[in-house]
Amino acid sequence: MSQENKANSEDKAKKGGIKRRDLLKGLAALPVFGVFIYKFVEKRSLEKEKKQAILEELKELSIPEKFPEASTVTVKPTTAKPTELIRFGIIGNGGRGESILRSAGIAHPDWIEERKKAAAENKMDTGLQDWLNQEDLNIVLTGVCDVFDVRAERGLAAAKNEIRPGEASGSLPGAKRYRHYQDLLASPDIDAVIIATPDHWHSQMVIDAAKAGKHVYCEKCMTRTEDEAHQLYDAVKNSSIKFQLGHQNRQQESHIKAKQLIEKEILGKITLVEVTTNRNSPNGAWYYDIHEKGSPETIDWEQFQGPAPHKVPFSLERFFRWRCWFDYGTGLSGDLLSHEYDAINQILDLGIPKSAVSSGGIYFFTKNWIGNKEYKVTEVRDVPDVFNVVFEYPDRELTLVYSATLASNQDRGKVFMGHDASMQVGGDLEVYADWESTRFKEKIEKGVIDTSLPLFTYQRGSKGFDAVTSASEKYFASRGLMYTYREGRRVDITYLHVKDWLDAIRNGGEPLCNVEQGFQEAITCHMATQSYMLGRKVEWDPVARKIV
Amino acid sequence: MKQKKQETQSVTLSEYTNIQLTALVLLRMLIGWHLLYEGISKVINPYWTSAGYLSESKWIFSGLFTSIVANPTALKIVDFLNEWGLIAIGIGLIAGLFTRTATIAGIVLLCLYYVANPPFLGYQYSMPTEGSYLIVNKTLIEAAALFVLAFFPTGRMIGLDVFLFRKSGKIESD
Repeated sequence: MSQENKANSEDKAKKGGIKRRDLLKGLAALPVFGVFIYKFVEKRSLEKEKKQAILEELKELSIPEKFPEASTVTVKPTTAKPTELIRFGIIGNGGRGESILRSAGIAHPDWIEERKKAAAENKMDTGLQDWLNQEDLNIVLTGVCDVFDVRAERGLAAAKNEIRPGEASGSLPGAKRYRHYQDLLASPDIDAVIIATPDHWHSQMVIDAAKAGKHVYCEKCMTRTEDEAHQLYDAVKNSSIKFQLGHQNRQQESHIKAKQLIEKEILGKITLVEVTTNRNSPNGAWYYDIHEKGSPETIDWEQFQGPAPHKVPFSLERFFRWRCWFDYGTGLSGDLLSHEYDAINQILDLGIPKSAVSSGGIYFFTKNWIGNKEYKVTEVRDVPDVFNVVFEYPDRELTLVYSATLASNQDRGKVFMGHDASMQVGGDLEVYADWESTRFKEKIEKGVIDTSLPLFTYQRGSKGFDAVTSASEKYFASRGLMYTYREGRRVDITYLHVKDWLDAIRNGGEPLCNVEQGFQEAITCHMATQSYMLGRKVEWDPVARKIV
Repeated sequence: MKQKKQETQSVTLSEYTNIQLTALVLLRMLIGWHLLYEGISKVINPYWTSAGYLSESKWIFSGLFTSIVANPTALKIVDFLNEWGLIAIGIGLIAGLFTRTATIAGIVLLCLYYVANPPFLGYQYSMPTEGSYLIVNKTLIEAAALFVLAFFPTGRMIGLDVFLFRKSGKIESD
């Protein structure tokens, strides 16, 4: 403003100085811009210098500045559009079965309507559009087997639904309903099967499918018992079928990046890995809705019970909430620990632990829960709702800890505790250097590495937004079980996992979570369950290949 | 001051004292500086997008703002307008170029920021604020400061508008 004053005084002194005075007034901002640009450039170069310094140091640590896209790491090259049509059947078209079908591009018309409605209400809900944008996997559903009429009918309706990803493929042949899975496996119209039944049926069905030469996508837990794991393993090994276990998180980009970081030895020696399950709803504790049409007339109860160790009279609760009983399921161990374990096994390649110690109990959904009117509970569960396991890997000099509750949502991540840095992995990933790290000591002292800031982060599609709505969807998304990103686009992770299986069927090669990984997962989970049941530590005998 | 008013040739007619003019121009340049750097820092950050801010939006325009986020093209346009709008307004305010337009555009933009995420009772945002606000926040104050500048204009006294408006003044007087 000094120019202004100056200009004023000059004005008074000199009548002819108007032009000069105006010039000064007009260009008064010039020095301001000068300072702005000077300071801006200075700030930029300072930031650049600091970034350069960090990058130089990181190069020394062989941390790549940019990680390759996951797609180039995992997804095998395929022809643009798969030419070979694969006809497949589904055994067990319940909640999970339907959702695998949908991920593969076969959805019930009701779901399409629901998504349309959701998109109309919330413009950020792009679920339907994302689904329609998926690549056409060139598959048809030709067989449906479910012991509950309603679910079988839903499968048949989905098979005929012409709203599918990719170009309109004309009229679909539709599917045939099979009353017994053996008939479905015997059908010449079926090349591959998805098995999404309760766990107690898995091994028998996979073994029979292998005998019939049908490729299998089987849900976890791979088997209900240790013996079954051996039988299934042998049957698949002695066949030529492609077997994929339903650990869709193998496709998670953050897990792939975590593996790369560990291979670069960024974390230093890892001695402890902690994984968790944190849920807090009856639905999350497997008290699913009892379908109004469920009755002895609509449910083939005898076939449902099948290989279950205890035969009981018809029970709607046991049918719809089978995960609450060890007769059909594997509890927290096979249902949720299995995902966490598989993620760690994928990242660290741990294999079967030397020992397992478990504890826990039924602490929330106790017998006080009986008589709950909203959930119509009449029988207490026998699988625990709080469950903790400690696995030892003395050869790898590390411990894997699992801790779970079905009665609190406090989010606890997957944490890798390394001497030089720790890493937290979910759908995202963060690495923090340890302030007492040996490897980073100098860099921390020099101020190149700030331990209060992440050394490395990976965030899902930084320009995309998730419209994850329900509580359980949020849970799965936070555990990296719903979506991942390929080249910045959100992709359904189960879709990728089914595609990986189909690619193996068409082009050869092994699916990502084949029977080897499946066997390791099943045994690890069974060790945890057995320890809980026996109330003692159990060990894996690698020679006799037996839990002792 | 009255004496000055009679000078027909000059457009730097002013009823302000020097200190008043200084204070107003200082305020104008400070706001201009702030908006210019906000704009530039968004342009140079490849990851910047208004999506987070808009998707959090509450109150009357929430529907409009979230639908912008849902539409990639609309979001691109909004991001572009926001980045370059801030830069243009910032330059305008500092340089005193089209000062009146820049001031009004600034008020509109700041009011849009305010109505998108107003600190009203009961509204909660996942992004932390750097201060404590009840109904009034810094965005609203900055908009109000521009409101003052709109009615106490200084562009024709200090700024490039001196040249622009002298020219037109001449034509008028001719």
